[in-house]
Amino acid sequence: MKALHDFLENKVKPNFTEGGKLSRFYVVYDALETFAFTPGHVTKKGAHIRDGIDLKRTMFLVIVAMIPALLFGMWNVGHQYYLSTEVVTTADPLSKMLMDKFLVGLMKTLPLIVVSYGVGLGIEFIFAGIRKHAINEGFLVSGMLIPLIMPVDVPLWMVGVATAFAVIIGKEVFGGTGMNILNIALTARAFLFFAYPKQMSGEIWIHEVGANKAADVLAEGYTGATALGQLANTVGKDANSTEVGGIMTQFAEGGMYSLQNAFLGLVPGSIGETSSLAILLGAALLIWTGIGSWRIMLSFFAGGLAMGAIFNLAGANAFMGVDPLHQVFLGGFMFGMVFMATDPVTAAQTTMGKWIYGFFGGFLSIMIRVFNPAYPEGVMMAILFMNVMAPMIDHYVIQANVKRRMKRMAVQTANA
Amino acid sequence: MAHTIKIRKGRDIRLKGAAEKNLETSVRGTVYSIKPTDFHSLVPKLVVKEGDRVKAGDTLFYDKVNELIKYNAPVSGTVKAIVRGEKRKVLAVEITADATTEYRDFGTVNPAQSNREALMKHLLSSGFWPSLVQRPFSIVARPENKPKAIFISGFESAPLAGDSDFVMDGQMDDFQAGIDAMKVLADGKPVHLSYAKGSKVYANVNGVTLHEVVGPHPAGNVGVQIHHIDPINKGEVVWTIHPQDVANIGRFLKTGKFNPQRTVALVGSKVNSPRYFRVTAGVNVAALTNGNVEANNCRLISGDVLTGDAVSPENYLGFYHTQLTAIPEGHEAKFFLTDGWLSPGFSKLSFSHAYPAWLLGKNKAYEVDTNNNGEHRAFVVTGQYEQVFPFDIYPVQLVKAIMVNDIDLMEKLGIYEVAPEDFALCEFACTSKIDVQDVVRNGIDIVMAEFS
Repeated sequence: MKALHDFLENKVKPNFTEGGKLSRFYVVYDALETFAFTPGHVTKKGAHIRDGIDLKRTMFLVIVAMIPALLFGMWNVGHQYYLSTEVVTTADPLSKMLMDKFLVGLMKTLPLIVVSYGVGLGIEFIFAGIRKHAINEGFLVSGMLIPLIMPVDVPLWMVGVATAFAVIIGKEVFGGTGMNILNIALTARAFLFFAYPKQMSGEIWIHEVGANKAADVLAEGYTGATALGQLANTVGKDANSTEVGGIMTQFAEGGMYSLQNAFLGLVPGSIGETSSLAILLGAALLIWTGIGSWRIMLSFFAGGLAMGAIFNLAGANAFMGVDPLHQVFLGGFMFGMVFMATDPVTAAQTTMGKWIYGFFGGFLSIMIRVFNPAYPEGVMMAILFMNVMAPMIDHYVIQANVKRRMKRMAVQTANA
Repeated sequence: MAHTIKIRKGRDIRLKGAAEKNLETSVRGTVYSIKPTDFHSLVPKLVVKEGDRVKAGDTLFYDKVNELIKYNAPVSGTVKAIVRGEKRKVLAVEITADATTEYRDFGTVNPAQSNREALMKHLLSSGFWPSLVQRPFSIVARPENKPKAIFISGFESAPLAGDSDFVMDGQMDDFQAGIDAMKVLADGKPVHLSYAKGSKVYANVNGVTLHEVVGPHPAGNVGVQIHHIDPINKGEVVWTIHPQDVANIGRFLKTGKFNPQRTVALVGSKVNSPRYFRVTAGVNVAALTNGNVEANNCRLISGDVLTGDAVSPENYLGFYHTQLTAIPEGHEAKFFLTDGWLSPGFSKLSFSHAYPAWLLGKNKAYEVDTNNNGEHRAFVVTGQYEQVFPFDIYPVQLVKAIMVNDIDLMEKLGIYEVAPEDFALCEFACTSKIDVQDVVRNGIDIVMAEFS
């Protein structure tokens, strides 16, 4: 590897440095070289030794944590596709159960990932070139998060536009990685929701469900709606009506959106968000490595359960009556809790602040979801809202510390 | 019965090359130097010029702002050179040492029969005054201030630091005499002495408030102890001093000779047989390292690996340093799969669980080089500094307040209580490779300039 490094340093690098033919692409070269080789930079003063950790390792581990959700999501795309077109039984051969379904998902998901990374990293490279600073690793995570929170049949150009908006307006105008106020991936998703509400609702949650419905080849009784979409339909209707009753049986044991199915992720939804189990595997890695804040995850979960329990007590409609645990396993709650709320740049930064931030994030997620049937996915709005509130939470936590110090001084002066 | 301070946040860093309990007393340097740069914010006014003969205790330079504070020659000899850097800043006054040291006689003083004013005058002229460091600002104590307490950290917890029981053993009579002097300086205010749990050497010291400290580094940092014993508020001043200098002052009062001795631990993975040396302050580095340190690709550090100064063999041991560390340089680029960011990393020392270091036990000693292990980035990861920062202070927020130059906020967040060394572990642990100590020093300088 020394030979390769010497070759890069002596033969390739001069083209990119000041005066070389390709000097305007130096940041790209630098990003690739530092990707392959941690530079031989040494400490100059202060601490002469430094921890082995760097941002590349950190970001890489977050991506590893997303792999279970990604792989399961790909499979589930295929699974839902087969469910929508034909009757799937446990008697089907294993190859169909696993590989055929997975391949359908892979074919659909891979382009989303390519578009997200291509657009996002392209913009990052351009901005780094203009600003003449090194390319930050932040987008490696955002670029994977974006496809995971997309409906499977979202047009690719929309993903591209949303990514560009999120990176430029959400991040670069604030100064780049580490400076943004809103979570990048959620900004992309929110942009799509508000800019293309028509395209973002309806029949994009299951692969080709719209076309299949038109051709009348859908499996009998298949609607293609997400669990939250179904629940939103119950709001404002008589809880004892047959329509609501029909929907709610799907949430009972053995139904399409049963607690078990919701936990395992065998329901329609954004690509990576359906399986609480796969997400919790990722959460375990994040908590274990200390990269994701367990405080935020735990308090977020508790906040969701608390709001769910309060709704249970109120019980004004069928949606409110959903069991709190069932409630948090539906929709993007778990995914948002593990991968979005814990984004260290946009979350609260103080320990106490993290508890508060997480709790209200979870609390509001369920509240928005139930109170606003026009938009059942409350997690996105709740986390973005808490992103905005996080600096204020931190401010008050820090003010408490300042007051403690002032009080201590007052006591000292009084005693003196 | 001493009261116990429990430090929970922090980490001990175990490195290869800890010192054996083996003391060498015969080493004598050829050249000694007092470096004005060791004393932060000092503007020196030179008294000697090249070629002058000096005795140990003769003044080399004094503080232009506080003319009473003298900086004296540690040995007798000839002024070899006055080393200057950019803008003719004095970097070092070098003295070629005589074979045997001739001492200027300051006369003996019994602190019990002295008063504060007379004793201060005596110490100011002796050259020992700079041993007293004040907080806030972590600078040489200003004699016009009256401290609310004097703090002595009886032990060091930094990586590869010497064992205080071994170092102080045999110096305790001098130490007690020094403590008697500190009591006079404190003028009725307390003198706090902290020792590590299990330490025996300070058990019989009289006239101090004893504190037992339990916990990982930075438990031995005097700033941490001050924070837990009697934190500094705005407008208050405390003085701190190293126990070896307490003993030096005690000996000075008994003999009248300026003889600043240091028991220095020569440590690190580049050292052949790590051990202790008894030398005079300001000794040239080569006197200790020659034959003992593998010179190739080596970083020599006067002080510990977290806070010390990089030195060359031609340079000198820092005035406050009791440790000389030699570790490998890390100039080699690291391929990402074999030993970079995607490697398993069993040999990487990391507080983060992103590397398996935490599975390998706390007692594994590491060989760590000076590589940055990554590039400088903006703040991204949170909660890291807090884990190794045992103060009721928000470290990241304080650092950010400094970065945006907000003096009011720095004050509110506790800048008066901290010194750069207290942030050393934060700097080590930082994922974004921010030079935190440098930032903190800068912040302290800004506040100091504002209020003086």
